[in-house]
Amino acid sequence: MSRLAHLAACLLLAACSAAGRDVQRPDLKVILAETPPPVLSDYGLFADVASAVPAEGVMPYDLINPLFTDHAAKHRLIFVPEGKAAQFDDTDVFSFPVGSVLVKTFAFAPDMRSPDEGAWRAETRLLIHKADGWAAYPYVWNEDQTDAVYAPAGQRLAIETVSPSGEPLKLRYSVPNQNQCKTCHQAGDDIAPIGPKARHLAHEGQLTRWVSAGTLEGVPDSVEAEPYAFDPSKPLGARARAWLDVNCAHCHKADGSASNSGLWLSATEESGARIGLLKHPVAAGRGSGGLAQVIVPGDPDASILLYRMASTEPGVAMPELGRSVNDPESLALIREWIGAMETP
Amino acid sequence: MSTYLCALGGAATLLALGACSPSTPDPSAAVIEAPAPLSAEGDFGATLQAALIAAKPGETILLPEGTFQLTDGLSLDVHGVTLRGAGQDRTILDFASQEGAGEGLLVTSDDVLLMDFAVRNTKGDGIKSKGADQIIYRYLTVEWTGGPDEANGAYGVYPVESKNVLVENVTVRAASDAGIYVGQSENIIVRNSVVEYNVAGIEIENSMNADVYGNIARNNTGGILVFDLPDLPVSGGNSTRIFDNEIIENNTRNFAPAGNIVASVPSGTGVIVMANRNVHVFDNNFDNNRSAHVLVMSYSLPFTDERYNPLPRDLVLRDNTYGAGGNDPQGDLAPLAAALGGQLPAIVWDGVDRWGEGEAQPVNLAVQEAPEVGFISFGLGQYPIEPAAMAPSTDRPAGTPAAEPAAIVLPHADR
Repeated sequence: MSRLAHLAACLLLAACSAAGRDVQRPDLKVILAETPPPVLSDYGLFADVASAVPAEGVMPYDLINPLFTDHAAKHRLIFVPEGKAAQFDDTDVFSFPVGSVLVKTFAFAPDMRSPDEGAWRAETRLLIHKADGWAAYPYVWNEDQTDAVYAPAGQRLAIETVSPSGEPLKLRYSVPNQNQCKTCHQAGDDIAPIGPKARHLAHEGQLTRWVSAGTLEGVPDSVEAEPYAFDPSKPLGARARAWLDVNCAHCHKADGSASNSGLWLSATEESGARIGLLKHPVAAGRGSGGLAQVIVPGDPDASILLYRMASTEPGVAMPELGRSVNDPESLALIREWIGAMETP
Repeated sequence: MSTYLCALGGAATLLALGACSPSTPDPSAAVIEAPAPLSAEGDFGATLQAALIAAKPGETILLPEGTFQLTDGLSLDVHGVTLRGAGQDRTILDFASQEGAGEGLLVTSDDVLLMDFAVRNTKGDGIKSKGADQIIYRYLTVEWTGGPDEANGAYGVYPVESKNVLVENVTVRAASDAGIYVGQSENIIVRNSVVEYNVAGIEIENSMNADVYGNIARNNTGGILVFDLPDLPVSGGNSTRIFDNEIIENNTRNFAPAGNIVASVPSGTGVIVMANRNVHVFDNNFDNNRSAHVLVMSYSLPFTDERYNPLPRDLVLRDNTYGAGGNDPQGDLAPLAAALGGQLPAIVWDGVDRWGEGEAQPVNLAVQEAPEVGFISFGLGQYPIEPAAMAPSTDRPAGTPAAEPAAIVLPHADR
């Protein structure tokens, strides 16, 4: 069966290359090529790039808790080569076969209270599983929104919008450069996806949909999901840890960019000192804000964690990349969580 | 590189600018030739970042002469690259209007040589290298041109989690933490450098096997620090030699933001050894450090890390020369000194030899200095300080000198 599928894929590929640039299906040759193509449409990941309609075999997905990136709306797609499937993992990122592509498009609207009205795309980032590991490629959309152009050096975009809470924003939105992709996606010497873990994906039948599409194998009967961070009906501690997991732990982990801080913020971290309880900073510099400990239970205003989340100054602000304005909702959540901790 | 980037054509004018303009007369003429410096025209930050991303292993990127305003942090993640300017005072990367990133330049690849340029006024750290083995920092200047200020970045030169680190002939001024900071690393040489007006001049922290020599540490809050801290992935720092350094007039006020460990460094200290093992301080010249020339101390805050030993151990002090100093002790040393008449001798030990509920442990402090060199132990026993328990003594401890570690040899130092 799988051999047949593979054969079909090969034939299809052949047919596609013969047909030249009218490719409407993901082109594995382009996906696995050593150097990235100059424009996004070359991958064949979209049936129609201008209207962002995914190609056949390319599936939309979402995360229970997305990383905050200046209120950008995010549209995620996943492609796994036909005849292959990702392997389920209960804590780490699923194991994706070579040729898999994760696509994330960042979009804004004039007013993010209605993010679909007048929406336009700022950038699309690709994570591609090449034969020798994952690689990250940023593409910036052109003004006509007809295609996106490979932009390895990154870019700053001046964006005016209104936040979901109605606050007018003038963003200095940062399209990360290719190295900055690695800052967040680092796993030891390699780079790796962040989002596609079971606990981030398991909601609204999403994993079942992946299985039916043949994208994922090995899913157990029951999968533990994290709570949506802003669902007050769920336990506060689990919501805060889920938020920190998605927004911080990609760097703040043993093999991440912030490993040397000794502050590790994955939802699965069990050591109190490692998640910052009464922990003194190491290399915070003025990021300490004159405060002595990362988290002071019961005292959010004495906690460096909250201070750095609430800053937009380079050298102080956390995360270091991808945020130029504050997210009041996130600040309120972490403030409530630290405030509710029992004082030592 | 040029051909590839140029082929993108209009796709990325940013890149094309960088890669195409410093064109050689005939690209096909020679395979090996000195590379031309990057173009100074246009958006230099974009040009340089594009070159750093497109670099091939082994490539040299030359920076042109001039002062360049950069608005974002730079990063290098290609092995074997040399990034070289026209000179410490000729190629200046100024980050005063930086909008993002935690440092001016971040290196995450191995076998990288950085030389002959300056980095100024970064919002966070100056130049950081993380997990970057065989790194060389050579003839670089990192400074905050407004002088000591709490708002300056923390570290000037900042290798961390690396093996084989060489820092030589660099100058760092006005870092709000340490000018040269080497953390969680092993096999380290810091030499022939000048650090001034920083909170800490040079700091070796949670690291193994370091030689620090031939440096001038002056006008910092504290000159040279060897620390070990708890709750970090790499701890148990040991085997550092500090020799042939000029450690003078480190009397700048402490301008580190509170909360950082160096914020507790008393202004006017020459060398501080805290919670580290097998440290040898010899043949240095100390002069005019107003608190104490050498301060030996335990880590003083509560901790939960079970692997951690907060005591300094196996310390050897020998053959240093000591000028005036200790005449005006500052910070936490001020009240202790006040209880002893207001002045301190050249060598000061907190006299802490236990922590928690534990028994006293041997510290093995060997002082082999000229007879006139003063010593005092506060005899604190443990932290937190209980003034009543203080038992000062000027008797030099009779430690057995620990065997001195062999000189550090870095296979890449001659590059």
